[in-house]
Amino acid sequence: MADITRTREEGGFILEPSPTRPGPPAKIPLLHPAHNYETVTRKITSLVFNRTPSGWYIGMAILGLGMMLFTASVGYLFARGVGIWGINIPVAWGFDIINFVWWIGIGHAGTLISAILLLLHQEWRTSINRIAESMTLFAVACAGMYPILHLGRPWLAYWLLPYPSPTNLWPQFRSPLVWDVFAVSTYATVSLLFWYTGLVPDLATMRDRTKNRFLRVVYGMGSLGWRGSARHWNNYQMAYLLLAGLSTPLVVSVHSVVSFDFAVSILPGWHSTIFPPYFVAGAIFAGFAMVLTIVIPLRAFYRLHDLITMRHIDNMAKVTLVTGLVVAYGYLSEIFFAYYSGEYFEKFFITNRITGAYAWSFWALILCNVIAPQFLWSKRVRHNLPAVFLLMMFVNIGMWLERFVIIVGSLHRGHLPSSWAQYAGTFWDWSLFLGTMALFLFLFFLFIRALPAIAIFETRELIHPDQSQTETPA
Amino acid sequence: MPSIDLHTPDELTEPRTREKNIANAVLARRLKGKKGKEYWRSLEELADTKEFREIIRKNFPSRAAEFIDSMSRRRFLKLMGASLALAGVSGCASRQPDSIVPYVEKPEVLIPGRPLFYATAMTLGGATIGQLVEQHDGRPTKVEGNPNHPNSLGATDVFSQTTILDLYDPDRSEVVREQGRISTWDDFIVALRSQLDRLRGGRGVRVLTDTVVSPTMASQIQEMLRALPQARLHQYEPVSEDNTREGSRLAFGSYLNTLYRFDRADVILSLDADFLAGFPHNIRYIQDWWKRRRPEDGASMSRFYQAESTHTNTGAKADHRLPMTARQVEGFARQVASRIGVGGVEPAAGTVPQVNPAILDGLLGDLQGHRGRSIVIAGLHQPPAVHALAHAMNEALGNVGQTVFHTQPVEAFPTNQTGSLQELVRDMNQARVELLLILDGNPVFNSPADLDFGAALEKVPFSAHLSEYFNNETSQRTTWHLPKAHYLESWSDARTFDGTVSFVQPLIEPLYGGRTAHEILGLFTGETNSPGYEIVREFWQGRRRTNPDFDTWFRTALHQGVVEGTHYSPTNARVRPGLAQRLPQAPAPAAEGLEVVFRPDPSLYDGRFANNGWLQELPKPISKLTWDNAVLINKDTAHELGVKSEDLVRVEYNGRSVNAPVFELVGQPAGTVTIHLGYGRGAAGRVGDNIGFDAYALRTSDAPWIGTGLRLTPLNERYRLATTQIHNLIDAYEDRDIIRHATYQQLRQNPNVIHDQQHHGGTVSMFPEYDYDHPHVANKHAYKWGMAIDMSTCVGCNACVVACQAENNIPIVGKGEVLMQREMHWLRIDAYFSGDEANPETYFQPMLCQHCEKAPCEVVCPVEATVHSNEGLNDMVYNRCVGTKYCSNNCPYKVRRFNFLQYNDVSTPSLKLLRNPDVTVRERGVMEKCTYCVQRIARARINAEREDRAVGGDEIKTACQAACPAGAIIFGDLNQENSQVARLHRENRAYSVLGVLNTQPRTAYMAKLNNPIDALAPSEPTETEEEPHG
Repeated sequence: MADITRTREEGGFILEPSPTRPGPPAKIPLLHPAHNYETVTRKITSLVFNRTPSGWYIGMAILGLGMMLFTASVGYLFARGVGIWGINIPVAWGFDIINFVWWIGIGHAGTLISAILLLLHQEWRTSINRIAESMTLFAVACAGMYPILHLGRPWLAYWLLPYPSPTNLWPQFRSPLVWDVFAVSTYATVSLLFWYTGLVPDLATMRDRTKNRFLRVVYGMGSLGWRGSARHWNNYQMAYLLLAGLSTPLVVSVHSVVSFDFAVSILPGWHSTIFPPYFVAGAIFAGFAMVLTIVIPLRAFYRLHDLITMRHIDNMAKVTLVTGLVVAYGYLSEIFFAYYSGEYFEKFFITNRITGAYAWSFWALILCNVIAPQFLWSKRVRHNLPAVFLLMMFVNIGMWLERFVIIVGSLHRGHLPSSWAQYAGTFWDWSLFLGTMALFLFLFFLFIRALPAIAIFETRELIHPDQSQTETPA
Repeated sequence: MPSIDLHTPDELTEPRTREKNIANAVLARRLKGKKGKEYWRSLEELADTKEFREIIRKNFPSRAAEFIDSMSRRRFLKLMGASLALAGVSGCASRQPDSIVPYVEKPEVLIPGRPLFYATAMTLGGATIGQLVEQHDGRPTKVEGNPNHPNSLGATDVFSQTTILDLYDPDRSEVVREQGRISTWDDFIVALRSQLDRLRGGRGVRVLTDTVVSPTMASQIQEMLRALPQARLHQYEPVSEDNTREGSRLAFGSYLNTLYRFDRADVILSLDADFLAGFPHNIRYIQDWWKRRRPEDGASMSRFYQAESTHTNTGAKADHRLPMTARQVEGFARQVASRIGVGGVEPAAGTVPQVNPAILDGLLGDLQGHRGRSIVIAGLHQPPAVHALAHAMNEALGNVGQTVFHTQPVEAFPTNQTGSLQELVRDMNQARVELLLILDGNPVFNSPADLDFGAALEKVPFSAHLSEYFNNETSQRTTWHLPKAHYLESWSDARTFDGTVSFVQPLIEPLYGGRTAHEILGLFTGETNSPGYEIVREFWQGRRRTNPDFDTWFRTALHQGVVEGTHYSPTNARVRPGLAQRLPQAPAPAAEGLEVVFRPDPSLYDGRFANNGWLQELPKPISKLTWDNAVLINKDTAHELGVKSEDLVRVEYNGRSVNAPVFELVGQPAGTVTIHLGYGRGAAGRVGDNIGFDAYALRTSDAPWIGTGLRLTPLNERYRLATTQIHNLIDAYEDRDIIRHATYQQLRQNPNVIHDQQHHGGTVSMFPEYDYDHPHVANKHAYKWGMAIDMSTCVGCNACVVACQAENNIPIVGKGEVLMQREMHWLRIDAYFSGDEANPETYFQPMLCQHCEKAPCEVVCPVEATVHSNEGLNDMVYNRCVGTKYCSNNCPYKVRRFNFLQYNDVSTPSLKLLRNPDVTVRERGVMEKCTYCVQRIARARINAEREDRAVGGDEIKTACQAACPAGAIIFGDLNQENSQVARLHRENRAYSVLGVLNTQPRTAYMAKLNNPIDALAPSEPTETEEEPHG
């Protein structure tokens, strides 16, 4: 059990000492060795308590415009109907579902980092897990809107929920869309709980450190009366572990279920058993790419090099590379099975994907998701921040293209040639997409200024009680 | 009791009550002192006196008739409705007054919610089609064919189906106008009378009409010409049969009407005749023709050769299609004629097109081997010489009296209409026309460009145009515009096909006080302006003086829709000797430029339907083009000229030019372009204004159909054309899951030839089987609905598409939405092509909801908005639909349609009258699709349950089936083994489209059969692969 106890002011204690890890020596530390408990706490809380940087205001102004675009896009959508988008028959799903899957995928890294890496004792998760979890929440918020917005009659969205009604009608449980409702809402709920539970001790720290009476009340309420007693810590640890255990299957389930939207159908290009694992890998791929996309500028802006070290960047880049390879395998196996099935429509569909009207999107996808991540094999590239950032932008775009290829590329050439058509997003497709991006970043900006972006107490756990044992930077 | 009581409750609800009340007051003074009860009788007695008529005429010219009639139109309908109830069909006039008063005494035949059907007829371009029109609570909503009518036999065409929308068109003219200002009928009548008084004997009086086929109108015109001996009648149809008439005169020396019996023909040679689509009486001809195209029915298959200058529906159904330019057809006709023994018509050198010698030999052999059992038919736009040659060939082959019949002309005044119009315009330009009455038509728009009718019209001091629209090119330039009653508001009659007379009776009071041509012509001769009903009835009463019980005769005729025994007997006209010498010289090959053929548009006809959204959005049979016409061109020719589809070009022809988009049409012969008439109207209405380009601007009176020297100059501009289908040649081997076909010979040798093409797919499903053997608790009988579609007989005429639209309240979406692939048709006709792009094999495949047994849409809907019924239907519950569109994505047939926006016009009042009350009007955000006309099934089931019987296996006809002239759509109960649909499902030709997906559709398709010459059959793609695959 706990062997190191700390005072309440210091904000926490560690359940177990860090085991001395076997492995190659001369690793970059996860925390700058000069840090002690006090400096870590001060550094992280300063992101909130320092004067608002002017860059934040500029960013919020731009995002405010984006939010107005978002509001206008949703307002016009409700007023006119989904016909303002580019969707048609046969391509009845377009940007709406592409973006839904894209955002859901991005929302994947959070759970993975918080839950699975926690259970696997991957300590490097510590300084990025809060960012990743927040990102998850905001991405799921963006994603969760799309299934409602994409309805022809969005005011009836609640019909997808199982509730006792006078009509005696229930949702149709054979439909993957109903599974989606459960999967996404469960995921959103558990992610929120997980995120909030992790925040409680840190909110107490914030409460104790703020000099503003109003904020003290607000943080105080948020910290739920946390006093740092042993009993608190005990309960906390149990709850956190349980939630981690609960979240773990969700990492697999959410995107598997989302992939069923496609895999359950009979459309060539959708009707494929490889979809669940391939979608999950793709989601982790996309999620890590997005974490890196956010962390790299954030780290530079707030000079967090001592908390988020090159070790973090390096590890995340490696995860991206591995999941990228899984995704590439998925692409290959789709092509192989289409050929191997000998089925006319399957063969036609894959030929069309590679050479048809939307071949550009497929080849761009290969460039972004298969070729670009290969540069991450090189350590020099992984340690070159602009390069990593650029490669992650490739992945972000690539993952969007992947959904475009799957959804539009399959729908536009269905079974009957008489119903073939082309598809293009309209202004309102793009404006809503940009609007959700603005919403995502807007929430993130608020988060940075209001809550500790890095888990304080968990980072302090990284400070070894005997500073002299800390590895020296290479 | 009040001393004056002239109103019956019915009259109070009539829209024109106020005027009548004033007139009544005049009468009332004269009637003072008499007792109320006597008034009706007294009034009639009084009304018959001469001075009474004079009073009324002076004071109330327009209303005079209503007083003099003992029976107004309304009153007649009411009485007739009651009396015809005994005969099974009956009705009452429309009641659309503002006051909401329930029936105090409900008319006996009217049951709210139950439609009534009336027989009527519609005339288009001199051809009349008999109809039964469905009426709901006084408003006509749907047109069906009249099985008694020789040119309907129960089926309809696209124009019949869409006229119902014209009736309720919000752009229709509502008032009389003088120089554009609102006026009244009375003013017009006064003005007309003063003109007629001035123009003694009809000096300078001209009447311009469409082709006159109405016996009543013919007698009125004759009467008018007797009364005004100097007056003249002119007839003009832009889609005229002048060539047919002149061809007949060339052959026989007189105008004759020629009928063809395709059901008796073993061999058909069509010389550019689109007799299955753009041809008078094509509805009849389709039905005769397909009787010989479905061998399962017992008759052997006919063989059909088509020489044609564009890709038509008819060519698509030919066993051997011979593409050639329109000017080459004569050379080909001469070649065939001379080889089968028509003397002296050898073609000049260089005028004979290249034709596959095997096909030519086969054709000649077939024609000579089937004497008396073949037909040679020539196209409307082919010169008279080709028609005369066809007559000569039919005679030489002994077909006359067997498959080809000549009768006296059906039209009342056969004439060369182009010549008739030329004469009129010449007189107008010489200021010899004082008074011009244009009865319907739109000559300012559709007369030949060289005549410049519009300019000539300026020189006519008094002109009046009777038209349904004030907003049209002609009405805007005549001094008077007169609102015309739609034919569904009119009394009239018409001869058609073999001379049979059918009656036109109104389904509704004129919505806007329009009048018919009969009523206008009546003004020229009659002392009063009689209503159309009186005119028609009096004419027939005069003709049937010997009949003691005229009323019964008249009612029976109205009920039947046709007058028994009015058909003409065939004449034994012979081609006059010396035809070869009389034939004009065959045209020399064009020196330069392209050949152009003007054709009536498959959707807009001559342009009169331009404001009809259903027709504008109806995909043209081969090109699938909507909302536009285009210069249809061969792909190679386009390539040589450096243009491609959707390029805007400058079309120069005979010193005139227009800008138009180009469309590469599969199967279009090289060197000739086809231009459809009817588009480019500047004044058509909110739907039809400025759609497409005006082909009449190029068309001249000397070459109304075929011309040469057309030049296309690219303008380096793109013009988007809205087609509903991407054109693709399908791979005949791989696409067997979609299209199957075989030759007649193959089917006879191997009855399983179609089944052998099947990919081997299992029927295992994880979902339980449905039970159709036991009725649902609410019913007494169990049904299992199904459909069969015969691709062999389907001619792609589109009648089913619009019938479905009319029946199911399907909205139109406009060109922009069609460009986005959002058209709403529940039923579409897919056209596939295989083989040579210049002369492909064409397959029409009507595609609608297949009502799959294992429906992919049902399992993916999250809210159970699409569910399987216990009778096998795939039901769509609009109320429950939230619009995820997942069902459409998972539908392999892509037959689901989504209301992306609010497409249904729910605000225009007149369109509300149009709706079928049995079908929900869908709002935005809702998915919809074919229901197998579930409302018709429900009606039949209710009727059957009330009569304590099962619904017959063939009792229900879906809207598409009812409209189909080709017998290609059959609906019924698969549980009843003897039903037609069950029989067809068991046939060897039946297969499931995309059956490999195991959706188990309950719509079976009958593979397309061809009957090519034996020598050529092996080269058919069907023969090339016999090995099983899958």
